[in-house]
Amino acid sequence: MTLTSIIFAGILTYFTRMTMIALISRDMLGDKIKAVLEYVPSAVFPAIIFPGIFINDFGTFIEMNDPKIFGALVAVIVGYFSKNIIATISAGLVSYWFLIFVVFN
Amino acid sequence: MLTKKQLFTRGMLDISPHMLSVIPFGIICGAIGVELGFHPYLVYVMSFIIFGGASQIVFLQLLSGGASSLVAVASVGIINSRHLLYGAVLSEYLEKLSFIKKLLISYVVVDQGFAESNKFFKKNRSEEFLHYHLIGTGCTMWVCWQIATLSGIVLGSFVPEELGLKFAIPLTFIAIVVQDLKKLDHVIVMITCGLSSLLFFDAPFKSYIIISPVIALFVAALLLRLKK
Repeated sequence: MTLTSIIFAGILTYFTRMTMIALISRDMLGDKIKAVLEYVPSAVFPAIIFPGIFINDFGTFIEMNDPKIFGALVAVIVGYFSKNIIATISAGLVSYWFLIFVVFN
Repeated sequence: MLTKKQLFTRGMLDISPHMLSVIPFGIICGAIGVELGFHPYLVYVMSFIIFGGASQIVFLQLLSGGASSLVAVASVGIINSRHLLYGAVLSEYLEKLSFIKKLLISYVVVDQGFAESNKFFKKNRSEEFLHYHLIGTGCTMWVCWQIATLSGIVLGSFVPEELGLKFAIPLTFIAIVVQDLKKLDHVIVMITCGLSSLLFFDAPFKSYIIISPVIALFVAALLLRLKK
């Protein structure tokens, strides 16, 4: 049954969220581990970013002239200087659309 | 000292720009579920029960592709195992909360909420009701996610596919990490994670999403050692 699987998947997901928050206390993590955990955002999010850019819907690598690479670069530059989330996302999308609808059309 | 309400509002404001990518993605998720032939009600309860973006799409794609329920459930667990890392980071700030509050707050921990609240926590360690910021980011995500997936289910893919709005997801995460490009150690960790994710992309159960952070954290530990 699909619903049963969804419930199991939900419980499993909830456990991934809850385990460390509810069952770990400060003393259990040493200073060294805490120092490494400082890197969690930098160590996790590229695993969402890179495949989102370089791998297409069919699970294969994109061409080196893919508009997504250009869009991502524009987003990085705009984000770096503007420090603004909306500007970063919009710049990436607009430059991507510019390439697919205007240049490559 | 900020009040609970101020912190909650601050959380809402801090995460709201991400809705630019979250809402289109939610609509796509809902629409894909129905297109794959699942009952709209099942597609919706996932947003409530799992509440986990990409993992919901993967779950439905696997099932419709003929994978067993076990494989689908395991994949969701592995994709979402990155929350263990978020929890480890957040535990330091949520330590004072009662066990029940910890159990409740855990439900709303999501990628963008973790990222924005963690940034806020680092700068405002002394605030007494810090967790209200996390509740603010989490609840905003939750409400928008429910509305977005529901709209996708009801209205279908009214977002034209040609727009390629899925691309907004990597962009939202670029916005989160881009300021850390100023620090060389972080750049090394990011590149390690990114390249590993491409290298292990075909690993079973979408496990690249946890393999590459583990490799990157290992590199981070080495870098810390070198710094000394």
